[in-house]
This record gives sequence, C-alpha cells and structure tokens, in this order.
Amino acid sequence: MDDSTAELIGVLIIYLFPIFIAIMAMFIGRYLEQRHFRSIRDRETATNHYPAVPTSTWDPEASVLDSRLVTSSVVVSLDHFKRILANFRNIFGGNVRSYESLLDRGKREAILRLKEQAPDCHIIVNLRIVTSNIASVHDRRNTMGGVEVLAFGTAVKYAVSYDTRSAT
Amino acid sequence: MQISNIESIPGQQIVAHFGLVSGNTVRAKHVGKDIAAGLKNIVGGELKGYTELLEDARKEAVNRMVQQAQSLGANAIVNVRFSTSAVTQGAAELYVYGTAVQVQPGGGAAVPAIPVPPAIG
Repeated sequence: MDDSTAELIGVLIIYLFPIFIAIMAMFIGRYLEQRHFRSIRDRETATNHYPAVPTSTWDPEASVLDSRLVTSSVVVSLDHFKRILANFRNIFGGNVRSYESLLDRGKREAILRLKEQAPDCHIIVNLRIVTSNIASVHDRRNTMGGVEVLAFGTAVKYAVSYDTRSAT
Repeated sequence: MQISNIESIPGQQIVAHFGLVSGNTVRAKHVGKDIAAGLKNIVGGELKGYTELLEDARKEAVNRMVQQAQSLGANAIVNVRFSTSAVTQGAAELYVYGTAVQVQPGGGAAVPAIPVPPAIG
C-alpha cells in the first residue's frame, strides 16, 4: 500500500464517518420512533376510559372522595439525521415535520404517564402541558438538544359507589 | 398537605388564605449523564437521565413549597403552576408556586355518605 492510497483511505474515513453515523441514526431512530408510537397507541387504547381534560370541572353528580396533584415529564430528543434535516429546513422555512412528530410523541407520552401516576382515580382535570427547551446537549450551535414536556393536573377520585352506578 | 392545580380542593371548603407560596431549585446535570444523553441524542428518543433529573428536581421544589406552606399553618395548596427554564448552559431552574390555604371538609361536593352519593344542585 503506497502513501497516496493510505491518504485516500484516511480522507474517506474522515469524510464518510459522519455520513455513516447519520445514516445509522436514521435507521435506528426511525425504528425506535415507530416502536414508541406503537406503544403510545396501545396504551392510549387501554386508558380510553380514563379521561384527562383541560377543563376544571368534574362530574357534578358524583361525590369526590380524594384528589391530588399529579405531574409527569418526559425529555425527548431528535435523532442525528432528523436534526440535520431540520437544520436544512431552517434555510427555506416551512413546517418542520421532524419536530412536529417529536413534540407529538412527547406530549402523548407525558399524558399517558400522568394517568399511570394515579391509576385509582377516575378523571384528571385542569390538565396543563408545558414544553421547555432544556439546555442543548453537546453541540453548542444546535438550538435543541432535548425538549422537556411536562404535564400536570388534578386527579379526582369519586366515591366507591361511582363505579357500581356507571356499571349499571 | 393537599395540593391541586384548580381553584379549590374537590370536596373541601376554603376557610383561610395565606397568600403565595413557592419553591425553586436550580439543578445542573452531571458529566456522566451528559455523556450518556449525548450518545442517546444520536439515535433520538427519550433521554431517561434527564427525565429523572428533572423529576427529582421538581419533587424537591414541591417539597420546599410544602414546607413554606406548613410554616404558615396552611393545610392545602391550590392553583399550583410549574415553570422550567434553562438559566445557563447545562443548568435548569424549576419553579413551582401556588396559593396556600386552609381547607375543611364541606362545601362543594362533600365527603360522601357511602353507598348513596348525594345529588347536588
């Protein structure tokens, strides 16, 4: 192997490595996102009977046994490939699809965790969702490293008789 | 201590107000978690280290708020709000605030006489 071949291989490694990482991140990231969305859909169907609403009223017919504040949060981040795409999107403007789906799954996951925090309650009222951009990870030029989604609300538990009444 | 983010405690009546109570924490992430999160950042998804960190910090902020309310003689906090902000590179401030009140059973939807729930209104 002469000098020029070694140099060529060196140059290829230096320039191809980021591309390799991006492509790998694209496939793994897509797989993980699809898996996450599948799990979100399954759990949403399972907790369909348990509403979480942004209004602050509950069933006036039912008497309340207990209530408490519940909070849940999730920090999600984009994969490397989508972050590159989003940066390109910055040049031309328009909808940034990758962030839309990121925030969508973050919010749905946070609401699901909220419900899991209070499995004994019947309804979560005054649901609020707050999103904040926590300090970026590693690369300082990037605007977002991780997005924190915080969901909080008041879980209300009706009297025992509520279950038997709604069953009849 | 009963806490809610609506204007009352369901099933309870507010009898005294003690004003605003708040709690805050500023937390920095530690290097180990930062490196792990950096690797996770390549493939995307949830950064569990950060989620735990923020949950812990939020619990501590709530504890501080509760202590403040207890020192005022309150037994409940209503209308609780949260806010998070990144103050500097790598540190986040968590702030929680609400109104300290004293409640007693009665008013609104009262503690029920099981098994028949009273019809209200």
